[in-house]
Amino acid sequence: MTATPRTTLGKVRAHQTQNEGLIFEKSSPGKRAYKLPPLDVPDVDPAALLGGAYRPEPGQLPEVSEIEVIRHFTRLSTWNYAIDLGMYPLGSCTMKYNPRVNEFVSRIEGLAEAHPYRPESLAQGSLEIVELLQRCLIEITGMDAITLQPAAGAHGEFTGILLVRAYHQSRGNPRKKVLIPDSAHGTNPATAAICGYEVQNIKSNPEGGIDVAELERIVDEDTAALMLTNPSTIGVFESEIHRIADILHAKGALLYMDGANMNALVGKTRPGDFGVDVMHLNLHKTFSTPHGGGGPGSGPVACKAILEPFLPTPVLVRKPAPATTTPTTTTPGAPGPSHLGTGETTQLGWSFDRPQTVGRVRAFYGNYGMFIRALAYILANGPDGLRQTTEDAVLNANYIRAGLQDLYELPYKTASMHEVVFSDKRQAARGIKTGDIAKRLIDYGFHPYTVSFPMIVSGALMIEPTESESLEELDLFIAAMRSIAAEVESNPDLVKSAPHSTRVSRLDEVTAARKPILRWKPTA
Amino acid sequence: MAYPDTYRYTKEHEWIDLSGSIGTVGITDYAQSTLGDIVFVDLPKVGDPVTANETFGSVESVKAVSDLFSPVSGTVTEVNEALTNAPDLVNEDAHTAWMIKVSLSDPAQYESLWTAAQYQAFIAEEV
Amino acid sequence: MRYLPKSDAERAQMLSATGALSIDELFAMIPAEYRITSDLDLPRQLGESEIIDYFKAAGAKNAVGLASFLGAGCYRHYRPVVIDSLVQRGEFLTSYTPYQAEITQGTLQAIFEFQTMICELTGMDVANASMYDGSTGAAEAIMMATRITGRSHSVVARSVHPEYREVMATYHQHQGLPTTTVDYNRETGQVDLAALDAAITPDTAAVLVQSPNFFGVLEDIPAIAAIAHAKGALLIVSIAEAVSLGLVRPPVEADIVSLEAQSFGVALSYGGPFCGVIATKDKYLRQMPGRLAGQTTDADGQRGFVLTLSTREQHIRREKATSNICTNQALVALMATIFLTVYGKEGVRELAHHNLAKAAYAASTLGTQPGAKLLFAGSPRFHEFVLQTTDSPIDLNNRLLTHNIVGGLDLSKWYPELGQSTLWCATELTTRDHIDTAARVLAGAPVEA
Repeated sequence: MTATPRTTLGKVRAHQTQNEGLIFEKSSPGKRAYKLPPLDVPDVDPAALLGGAYRPEPGQLPEVSEIEVIRHFTRLSTWNYAIDLGMYPLGSCTMKYNPRVNEFVSRIEGLAEAHPYRPESLAQGSLEIVELLQRCLIEITGMDAITLQPAAGAHGEFTGILLVRAYHQSRGNPRKKVLIPDSAHGTNPATAAICGYEVQNIKSNPEGGIDVAELERIVDEDTAALMLTNPSTIGVFESEIHRIADILHAKGALLYMDGANMNALVGKTRPGDFGVDVMHLNLHKTFSTPHGGGGPGSGPVACKAILEPFLPTPVLVRKPAPATTTPTTTTPGAPGPSHLGTGETTQLGWSFDRPQTVGRVRAFYGNYGMFIRALAYILANGPDGLRQTTEDAVLNANYIRAGLQDLYELPYKTASMHEVVFSDKRQAARGIKTGDIAKRLIDYGFHPYTVSFPMIVSGALMIEPTESESLEELDLFIAAMRSIAAEVESNPDLVKSAPHSTRVSRLDEVTAARKPILRWKPTA
Repeated sequence: MAYPDTYRYTKEHEWIDLSGSIGTVGITDYAQSTLGDIVFVDLPKVGDPVTANETFGSVESVKAVSDLFSPVSGTVTEVNEALTNAPDLVNEDAHTAWMIKVSLSDPAQYESLWTAAQYQAFIAEEV
Repeated sequence: MRYLPKSDAERAQMLSATGALSIDELFAMIPAEYRITSDLDLPRQLGESEIIDYFKAAGAKNAVGLASFLGAGCYRHYRPVVIDSLVQRGEFLTSYTPYQAEITQGTLQAIFEFQTMICELTGMDVANASMYDGSTGAAEAIMMATRITGRSHSVVARSVHPEYREVMATYHQHQGLPTTTVDYNRETGQVDLAALDAAITPDTAAVLVQSPNFFGVLEDIPAIAAIAHAKGALLIVSIAEAVSLGLVRPPVEADIVSLEAQSFGVALSYGGPFCGVIATKDKYLRQMPGRLAGQTTDADGQRGFVLTLSTREQHIRREKATSNICTNQALVALMATIFLTVYGKEGVRELAHHNLAKAAYAASTLGTQPGAKLLFAGSPRFHEFVLQTTDSPIDLNNRLLTHNIVGGLDLSKWYPELGQSTLWCATELTTRDHIDTAARVLAGAPVEA
């Protein structure tokens, strides 16, 4: 028997991971991972109580013990790449470090166990967090008002465009169309469509930005808004931003900013100062709340005063404290609201009296747990830390650009902010596409960059390192990308068939889509 | 793959085969090879109207959706249900894997479409 | 700043590699008049211990340690400890949407398991990887029904959570999707079937009901389905209390189920993040919004999972997408998956049984006190009930609060016709002692210390 020598590639060395089937395949009747306390009330007969609504047969959920639960999900977890393992340069996604103190404070009992309908007098701590986060985000964006209700970025876009619509409607005409650059995220046109607007695409200019002359030509009284990502998806700041805003405003249209790339701006400039009327933030991008494999996010929407009357209900206000909502007796030392009744004359609370509101966009108040984490991040940084964060994010992107621009085509030479977009033009000449390079990057121990986006770049490699990468990690990344560029020349098949070091090789997406298997089924 | 001389073609890469007043419509081999593995074909219902140069459905690959444009105007008389469960038939032989049959409202439209030679000259330029 | 892994010397070295002379040169594209030159007006940088102190103080300002009878779409159930220890693994917590399948098999397989469990519980064929929550899921379900049927109206029961109805109205107001609201029967608390039948027109895409409904009452799903289907409308069932599915017959007659999975191991957290999910029949799969994980094989024939049917989504179909949803609630869906694995086939049933028993005891105990009346008493319920009292809800709840009990939710804002009524919820965490104490307060009787 000949042993394969263990090899190291970049920062990677193969190691064992456990095989693990589906949890349903580990199930056997009678095993259990829970124990309920005995009932302290009279037992009931569910079939009698529920009558025709009674469920005779339980669903086929797994039956396993606690150690099996732990092992199953721990084993699955080891098959994931994560920020905690290394650089995750997904452009537009801002995969930065997720501080652990955020997780700790979000689980503090008084906050995690607060019911949204508890009396406001018993939720003052929760509400103070909302108030402080709102104040911080308004200051950071330079806007006048904010709602934290939207559950994610696209939900924020939806809310923001509803505000635009309500604003125009209040002036007599909701208008017809929303302008969207061809470099935009797919959520922008999808959002405009569900808000009842026609989408008019605008072609980018040769620098990858808005063609201002073209914009001036097409903005008219039917234009409700321009949805602009700034910096754009190629990582370029629209230096004529105020002129763009002026063109829109001259025709009564509004400027919506997709804040996906706010990590390039915090502490260095404020959208409210450069003419933006309404924008969303992604707390899971810029403000370090974890992506969690695809969510939850949180998409606050900040706006100028002209849009404030239309914000979703409820909005946070200070109101006179009611006299009778505090306990009259509490046992010393016993758990209870004994701290209340301190004579405060106002308290925080929700206002529903908003005649011009667009309505609710979500039940309750939003993804509250994300507010706690985002605020913890802001407090950990302070104004100086936030500015340094932005500077480091931009420095990192430019360092990668400098390290790779001789080997990878840079379709837009404009100065990069927090991300740099290359194209696969030179590698494509050898039959290697951006997707192949991305898969090969996995072998070097990195998560791929964003592949084939933005669509204005053919074969895009969209790289956003964020501020969380050290010089050492960046150098390893650059070395890996340079090594792959060399492999494209010397051994293209190696790149084309990558990844070679993962648990599974390239997966058959075609069959998955032609004959979808979307759930496990018991074998008959 | 051969482009049958008996078919007519469009610049949106559809073919049509006319028999009496009924046209059979599909996409060209060039179109299927550009799209790659087709995973889903979305087609209209029998009785639906179609209009020349307007969409009547779509074909999907794993990461793209392409609209299907009708070469002619008329009414859908038949739909190739086999494609619902086997969209790969289009990849295997695009020129027999038809999508819809249309009763033409204006047979003159057919005459204005490209011949096989004209279409092949067109795609030769696109490549 | 402790999150930034660079020394100033390294920054200088990197800056010189970029060819820029100063960091501000990298920001030169921002016109000078919009560049900030001084600190933002924000709290100063805090040490970790200060951050913890701040949030602990905020938590303490919220009353803690109270017994609560609040439910209404947000339910307090026990959350097994393993959930938090597993979801805090960095590989789950700090990974992105699993677009690169080879290095996200953990997330993908967990989503596949989640989809399976939701199908098993709801009786549907397919389920997505999650929506934001139950309210937005309900709104998206109606949009889905309009795409399927080509019709534009919806009929929504007034016994659906009022905030869900507000969210649906917000979503549909600009899409030309009018809604008719159908009242409930004052005796049963269930949707008025005759009024429902009358409200459905040939333009009705879907009927949406919630079960258990906002009053905790179970709707007659087979009857509602028959009425809707007879007129070619789809039936959407919204479920806000997922634990009910342990003992309540799944709404198999529905065409779409919109579930809020918060009860499966997710903290109340002042209302979010929660976990919506849409499930449906196979034939409607292509019109379903949201991500989906599917099983396939790799080049070596090994089983693996990928995100699939992405052409429905906004990043490909843009303005023609089924929804604009992108980020979902993946980590919360993972919590629900772990919860359902811990409880499993028997446990979810036993858990539902405990909820049923607690609520039955609470309803009969509170509902028989002087000055109190149990509404909709003859209807099947899960773990919530409506109590009408001679005391005003404010007075009653203030009295309860002096005994560290948060009473039921005042319904007067949404259902003034019910007079002085409150919505109560009992779960497996509600103790007999809480119920008995509340009953004595309700009766105005002395309460033992």
